[in-house]
Amino acid sequence: MYQQVSDQLLAPAGLGRSEIDLALNRLLTRGIDFGELYFQRRVREGWMLEDGSVKNGSWDVDQGVGVRAVAGAGTGFAYADSLALPALLDAADSARAISRQAGDGKVLTVHAHPYPLRYSEVDPTAEGESATRVDLLRTIDAYVRSLDARVNQVTVSLSASHDQVVIAATDGTLAADQRPLVRLDIRVLMEEGERREQGFSGGGGRFGLAELADSDTWQNHAREAVRQAAINLGAEPAPAGFMTVVLGAGWPGVLLHEAVGHGLEGDFNRKGISAFSGRVGEQVATEECTVVDDGTLDRRRGSLSIDDEGTPSGCTTLIENGRLVGFMQDKLNARLMGVEPTGNGRRESFAHLPMPRMTNTYMLPGQHDPGEIIASVDDGVYAVNFNGGQVDITSGKFVFAASEAYRIKNGKLGPAIKGATLIGNGPDVLTRVGMVGNDLELDTGVGVCGKEGQSVPVGVGQPTLRIDGLTVGGTS
Amino acid sequence: MSAVEALARSGIAELLDNPDRETDLLTGIAGRALERAKKRGADEAEISVSSGLNREAGVRLGEVEVLEEARDRGVRITVYCGGCSGSASTGDLRPDVIDETVDRALAIARHTQRDPAAGLAEAELMAAVVPDLELWHPLDVGMDDLVSRARAIERAGRDADLKITNSEGASVSAEASITVYANSHGFVGSHRGTRYSQSCILIAGEKSGMQRDYDWDSRRRYDQLADPAVTGAEAARRTVRRLGARRVPTGKFPVLFVPEVARGLVSHLVGAVSGGQLYRRASYLLDSVGTRVLPEWASLIESPRQPGGPASSAFDGDGVATRESALVADGQLLRYVLGSYSARRLGLTTTANAGGVRNLRFKGGGHDHQALLGLMNQGLVVTEVMGQGVNLVTGDYSRGAAGFWVENGQIVWPVEEITIAGQLRDMLQNLGAAGTDHDDRRSIQVPSLLVGEMTVAGQSD
Repeated sequence: MYQQVSDQLLAPAGLGRSEIDLALNRLLTRGIDFGELYFQRRVREGWMLEDGSVKNGSWDVDQGVGVRAVAGAGTGFAYADSLALPALLDAADSARAISRQAGDGKVLTVHAHPYPLRYSEVDPTAEGESATRVDLLRTIDAYVRSLDARVNQVTVSLSASHDQVVIAATDGTLAADQRPLVRLDIRVLMEEGERREQGFSGGGGRFGLAELADSDTWQNHAREAVRQAAINLGAEPAPAGFMTVVLGAGWPGVLLHEAVGHGLEGDFNRKGISAFSGRVGEQVATEECTVVDDGTLDRRRGSLSIDDEGTPSGCTTLIENGRLVGFMQDKLNARLMGVEPTGNGRRESFAHLPMPRMTNTYMLPGQHDPGEIIASVDDGVYAVNFNGGQVDITSGKFVFAASEAYRIKNGKLGPAIKGATLIGNGPDVLTRVGMVGNDLELDTGVGVCGKEGQSVPVGVGQPTLRIDGLTVGGTS
Repeated sequence: MSAVEALARSGIAELLDNPDRETDLLTGIAGRALERAKKRGADEAEISVSSGLNREAGVRLGEVEVLEEARDRGVRITVYCGGCSGSASTGDLRPDVIDETVDRALAIARHTQRDPAAGLAEAELMAAVVPDLELWHPLDVGMDDLVSRARAIERAGRDADLKITNSEGASVSAEASITVYANSHGFVGSHRGTRYSQSCILIAGEKSGMQRDYDWDSRRRYDQLADPAVTGAEAARRTVRRLGARRVPTGKFPVLFVPEVARGLVSHLVGAVSGGQLYRRASYLLDSVGTRVLPEWASLIESPRQPGGPASSAFDGDGVATRESALVADGQLLRYVLGSYSARRLGLTTTANAGGVRNLRFKGGGHDHQALLGLMNQGLVVTEVMGQGVNLVTGDYSRGAAGFWVENGQIVWPVEEITIAGQLRDMLQNLGAAGTDHDDRRSIQVPSLLVGEMTVAGQSD
């Protein structure tokens, strides 16, 4: 893998092992604990259909090198959009300004080690013909419109990216990765009388476009988008107040991402600013709850063969039978906390610094049949789809906005209710998990996580969950 | 060494010392790309080339946490061939890569379908003169200065109150950027701007009672940034006042939005009257020109050429000349927010808003903070909203919130873990009052706004 990526990414810029060694030695000469070079080239391609025709297409190339030098808890960072040696050395000079001390660091000889690959080497931006993509979008549009006469607007977008990275660091790391990522989004707007509502479905992962073009896959998304819009057309105002909430399987796992995931990232815990800081070993959830972050899943949107620091991705147990057992770490925070990196060091691009980030975060399945869970609720809300969420990791307060939800009365599903925001407190929401379903599902591959201005693709998942008390922000 | 090679090698100092030269280099690249696009068969083409630099220092607990120095460049090219369009971008400004990028855009345009609305804005709308809007105030602030300023901010914050227990740090940054936009009408416009920013995030309390908040400032001139002591102390005040927050009973109450979150309400209104939402029929304000969207005492005035303004520009993203114009007058919506594409889609004329509104200011009202609390008497002051619960198609609004509970016109205690919900149409049409405390750091400048009544959800009892 290293040789292949290096030949495509570094060789054309005249960079090889000796230039990498030169830059790393330049970085480490003045009392730096750790130095790293991150070379990247990312090609992104996008097509969008609206009003029945494909009106826009785009092709974007970003490449550059990010250089960082770490001294203690401090980081010097510089990047250049040129891969040429002078730019690389200039960036190294800027980055090493973090340390003013004189010193003699030792650069370990870098070696490329093999690691398991979590996705194929397909380059979706070089796969097939543009005409095929355009035809696919038009076929999808026609299918969506055939499903329901109330469909007024259809927007379909297709995106593909291919990301090549080489990481070399003074700790001996030499690693490379090629990451395919594809995604299909279908959005419909439906009108009936005075009412207008939207429905959305989409998905993708780290594989090629051929798979997205599979008709079973896109027809499912098309039907789902139309179904959601139709349900929202008939939805009633949501209730307001503190009540029992049943969350559906799959994408509602965004709850875990917001409520506990961010709070268990190593940087916040090293600094003592997370609501979970200093709570390892404590019971933070009911015994039915086991939550993991798993970057090793085959071809998932959040999966990585190696993270952006060259650490092979792992499966980190965060909460085991309700007990807080671990954090997600990058190299810097792992070193300062005296633990091992977990393969969660991620960055949006060469122009951003890595930090601990989630990959695919989900809860393991429990014992209960989902039907049994709904039947157990006298009065509450069943929320099956969400727009996304947000958390304040210090106070622990998190929100997520439902896009499809139903009333539950006397153990039976009632009418659909309009999107409402749910709000809770991360450290205690899982202590109110009353039942865990046996129906673990992962999301379809649309998650984007934002932290400190950086976006990375992630996955979430969970089985059906009953939470005995969450604030629902409706209007009635 | 060619001009373009010179650009590829030019460092930070050059951009600050000789912006004219940098602008010429970018203009040269734009010209080269337009020429190639024409030669390869494009009917029309447009290009935006930018070059920027950023220097930033972050300090946490008195120690340097991050020093960052960045040089960013990029080019985006859009071509139109027989009504079909294609677009491509790259961060690599070498001549052969620019050529390749033009060819990529053309290749895309061979596969997209004809769109009668596509193409450049009308030639006669281009900005004929590009006046100096006083946005360029270069200063080569060294990393040491940034670090000592960040230290001073954080120290002021940590020393301001004994209840401050921890810090997420303070940071200070200096940015300068130059952008050239050119199109095949022969229009070439450039703007350059500087921006200096500082922020501080502090933590108060311990364990499960911790709270976090921040303050920030951002200005075109370094010497106009808030005093470091003020930013630090304000971050501390905002953080400490959240300690001991609790929920409120569920019910219907008036809600006072402070300027930072009131800005969000106006930006939802702007979103709902923006061309992209309208031609997709994805707005609760379809066919709303001439209708009342705010109370009669309120107006929204856009001043895109405000000297030194946070979003000032003499031309929009299509090269169209900008001018001062009311969006809302005496509560009535006078126009939509349109670029040339969305205008054509709607059969209207562009409002020079490709890229959004620039320096939109709320006018009307004029109560001070205490008077607003008195008018509200009992209700909620919202200082923070969370989550994505805003639906522009229906106007449904449901957000997580934090702030303060008000009794008898006085703030009595902090509030958190609640939601506020309502209908954007009603909330904005029936605003009760507005303050005088505009947040002028951002493009949309709004004072405190009092919303008549919203559903507040908290405890069950």
